[in-house]
Amino acid sequence: MTTGDATSATKAEPTWPDDIYNLLKTHDIRQVALVPDAGHSRLIRRCLADNAMQVTTLTTEEEGIALMAGAWLGGDKSVLLMQSSGVGNCINMLSLATLHRTPMPMIVTMRGDFGEFNPAQVPMGHATQAVLEAMGTLVHRADRVEDVAPTVDATLRLAFNTFRPAATLIGQRVLGAKTFGKD
Amino acid sequence: MALTGPSGRIDRRELTAAVLRDRGDMLVVAGLGAPAWDITAVGDCDENLPLWGGMGGATMIGLGLAIAQPRRKVLVITGDGEMLMGLGSLATIAVKRPPNLAILVQDNEHYGETGMQETATGHGVDLVAMARGAGFARTMFVTTEAEVPALYAAIHAEGLFFAVAKIEAASKKLVLPPRDGAVLQARMRAAVLGPAAYHQM
Repeated sequence: MTTGDATSATKAEPTWPDDIYNLLKTHDIRQVALVPDAGHSRLIRRCLADNAMQVTTLTTEEEGIALMAGAWLGGDKSVLLMQSSGVGNCINMLSLATLHRTPMPMIVTMRGDFGEFNPAQVPMGHATQAVLEAMGTLVHRADRVEDVAPTVDATLRLAFNTFRPAATLIGQRVLGAKTFGKD
Repeated sequence: MALTGPSGRIDRRELTAAVLRDRGDMLVVAGLGAPAWDITAVGDCDENLPLWGGMGGATMIGLGLAIAQPRRKVLVITGDGEMLMGLGSLATIAVKRPPNLAILVQDNEHYGETGMQETATGHGVDLVAMARGAGFARTMFVTTEAEVPALYAAIHAEGLFFAVAKIEAASKKLVLPPRDGAVLQARMRAAVLGPAAYHQM
């Protein structure tokens, strides 16, 4: 491997982000809140290009929890895209989902998970699922490419059919571990 | 001077009543603590969302609601402590620039629910300057009763708006809204969406 981008050097761009985008359309998601993550970059571009979606870029992920509460008050279905480190920023704000019984689907790209390079990502990556579950979130993991779409579909259904926070964690076995050019 | 309290500052509850007069179909989100008691004392209704938690999130709830309901005015009334916890929201909201969202910070320079400890606004932190720096084009800093009619007009006019009103520190009589957040959410959704609110998939 001679380039830093292992994915594009060895195969076509992954299509699972397009599968997620199509699911957001199928489920009539009108608002997308996000703090950018490299693993979500293709999905973010698709959402930004869609005039029927309102994309809100947040300064911290907990803003997205509050935004989803407001969107649902006004009848909009929404989703929060973030990296695992951002889950830690959401903890107390997730009270709103339980308190109000608000559908809050989250699609989380993992760091500190499988083959991590950066020590700073490991503490929150290790705690991501425990933190979400401690705050009442239904969590499912997708660790193979073919699991991403059905797991995100299940997360969206759980959130909106049962009025609660639900999350898909997309593992680094799917995303590839960022190597800072040291691979 | 009905709006001015003994200290010479504006009375928070009278101010709340003044800005909500003839509110029409305006939707109101109130930050936890005194603003939630204020909007309830003025008149609890389905179009009110008094918060019991989620400190720092009131303005972002207002943003999500304003985007979802672009034809209705959304007003967030919150306290200085609650606003200070969500300062990044000012940047997020200014970038989205929803024309139907107004934010009113009732600034008593204290954490009123926890023993009246001082907040940063009593030490010179200027929330209006922060909002302007974030990109809010329409702002007001209100310290006297004489400015309240202009504040009312600005809140009810078209365009993203942010205001701070300096108010009396004294706490008012507790008037508690319903405590069940599911009820508070469901009643506002029904007020906005009609019976379809209960069947949204």
